[in-house]
Amino acid sequence: MSATTLDAHASAKKRKTSLHNQRLWALWGSYAALAVFVVIFLVPPFYTVITSLKSSAEISAQTGSPWMVNHPTLENFWYLITYPNFQTYYLNSAMITAVTVAVSMTISIMAAFSLSRMGFWGSQTLSTGVFLTYLVPPSLLFIPLFQIVGMLGLINNLWCLALLYPTLAVPFCTWIMIGYFSSIPKELDEAALIDGASYIQILLKIFIPVAMPGIIAATIFAFTVAWGAFLYPLAYLYTSNQMVLTVGIISDLIRGDVFQWGKIMAACLLASLPPIVIYACLMDYYVAGLTAGATKG
Amino acid sequence: MAEVSCRKVVKEYDGGVQAVKGIDLDIADHEFVVLVGPSGCGKSTTLRMIAGLEEITGGEIWIGGDVVNDVPPRDRDIAMVFQNYALYPHMSVFDNMAFGLKLRKFPKDEIKRRVDEAARILDIGVLLDRKPRALSGGQRQRVAMGRAIVRNPKVFLFDEPLSNLDAKLRVQMRTEIKKVHQTVKTTTVYVTHDQIEAMTLADRVVVMNHGIIEQVGSPAEVYHRPTSRFVAGFIGSPAMNFLPCRIDEAAGGGLSVRINDAIKIAIPAERTARYLPFKGKEMVFGIRPEHLTQRKDEGRPGFEPVDLLVDVVEPMGMETMVHFFVDGAPICARLDPATNAEPEKMLGLTADMNQMHIMEKDTGKVVY
Repeated sequence: MSATTLDAHASAKKRKTSLHNQRLWALWGSYAALAVFVVIFLVPPFYTVITSLKSSAEISAQTGSPWMVNHPTLENFWYLITYPNFQTYYLNSAMITAVTVAVSMTISIMAAFSLSRMGFWGSQTLSTGVFLTYLVPPSLLFIPLFQIVGMLGLINNLWCLALLYPTLAVPFCTWIMIGYFSSIPKELDEAALIDGASYIQILLKIFIPVAMPGIIAATIFAFTVAWGAFLYPLAYLYTSNQMVLTVGIISDLIRGDVFQWGKIMAACLLASLPPIVIYACLMDYYVAGLTAGATKG
Repeated sequence: MAEVSCRKVVKEYDGGVQAVKGIDLDIADHEFVVLVGPSGCGKSTTLRMIAGLEEITGGEIWIGGDVVNDVPPRDRDIAMVFQNYALYPHMSVFDNMAFGLKLRKFPKDEIKRRVDEAARILDIGVLLDRKPRALSGGQRQRVAMGRAIVRNPKVFLFDEPLSNLDAKLRVQMRTEIKKVHQTVKTTTVYVTHDQIEAMTLADRVVVMNHGIIEQVGSPAEVYHRPTSRFVAGFIGSPAMNFLPCRIDEAAGGGLSVRINDAIKIAIPAERTARYLPFKGKEMVFGIRPEHLTQRKDEGRPGFEPVDLLVDVVEPMGMETMVHFFVDGAPICARLDPATNAEPEKMLGLTADMNQMHIMEKDTGKVVY
């Protein structure tokens, strides 16, 4: 083997080693960053679980580590499950969320289809406008909305939320759906048009089945908005029979300066169950739906 | 089945850009017409206007004796095959093919009969339960054709249907399309930028350029009797050779093509009358690569000797392409593979002047 070949071999080996080291460092860096995020995000739920399993006496005791449970109990959960108000909040949240999701998705899908496919005058500007409305913070809107809700006679009426939540969910859901619909090749609707489909048939028979991952992503978003919204129910509802989980928990379980931490934490966990189940089952669709349109024309 | 006519059809986009500039075209019943031309020539726009997918700015489109300018695509009784197949990804092959029939409320047994018949013609019977993602490119294109066939429409429209396939499959599918047309005989308008597809499939070829029709004719006509320099250059692979020339009087009477001081080629006597009005004028000389052969047939009328310096030799198995430069213009000759052509050496060629073309320099019009 000549000297030149040996040199080339050595230099190639050196380059390979250097690449290997760089990759190793990148991996270690990624894992370190991920570990920090995992700790930051998982400590609060962990603490919630720990506290929910403690009795009031154990929570208020000054001895022992607050991160350990010495005498685990399900009394907080049992109290909430048998507590009529909590059942009402849960039912109210479920009803309002179901209606919000149904209304938001119906509006979003139809709006996104017309904005992305029907190509009418001003559709581009409207698409941008839809997204811009999402940027307006709800805290800016709740005072003017209070007047509207008042005018409609819906103050302290649970169903005012069915009117208000879609204003939060529709813009972003429409935006997700526009992205997804835009990633569907134009030839598909042209083929359907030639096959004899009307626009509504194209939407129902082609677009909705093809865009199901996007629809699921948007549905999850609408669900999250409706299930977790706090400001509007706090502003517009004040009796127990009308409240939803988010405000019901704090208004019932915090009395003056007495915080029933065990029950609050148990209530939070019970309230988190539906989103956790939905995210766990549909995570793949959610990610696919959010990223669609980002890479395809 | 029906005839299709375009009368002064214009398509103008926002901003005044004219994609189609008033074309007239009559397509007979059962005819297979191919619109061919380079990108942006207006061929796809014309097809989409026939389909009803593009609005017409001016003129009239007739299908089966009716003006269809304002008729929506679904009521034109046409079927279209797209370049990217446009199969519904969530439906099985059967449902893809049956979709149009279901929308038109055909009875179930009739739908099944038609789908099975189309599947038999296209040999896709075993694929009926599969989803499009489980099919190869060629199979998808067959399904797209099946979707068109089951409807038994008046007109088939094909928009570059083979462009997404690899070279081998393209040749195979080309034959399939021709076979299907021979079987169902539906009037067909086919758009392609591939002139080989155009030549092999068409009853008549429509060559388009810059939104106008340059020439309509049978494949043999557009190849052997092009009416313009554009058509002469576009149809044929490798393209026709063009050289600036002057029509001069030949030494022994008659006319000759003067390329430069060294190259003067006699024009056959029977063409003298045709080119006489252009004597002394600057023209363009055109000759196809296959009409330049290695020196033979000397003495036969119309076969004239030319000596050129070889630039590149490209052996292709069944033939050898030999490239030259004449006054900076590239020239290609399609020679026998046994040629002894070598780069940087002179090669004696024979130009078959019976097949030559002379074009006007300014208009590009071929002189006949």
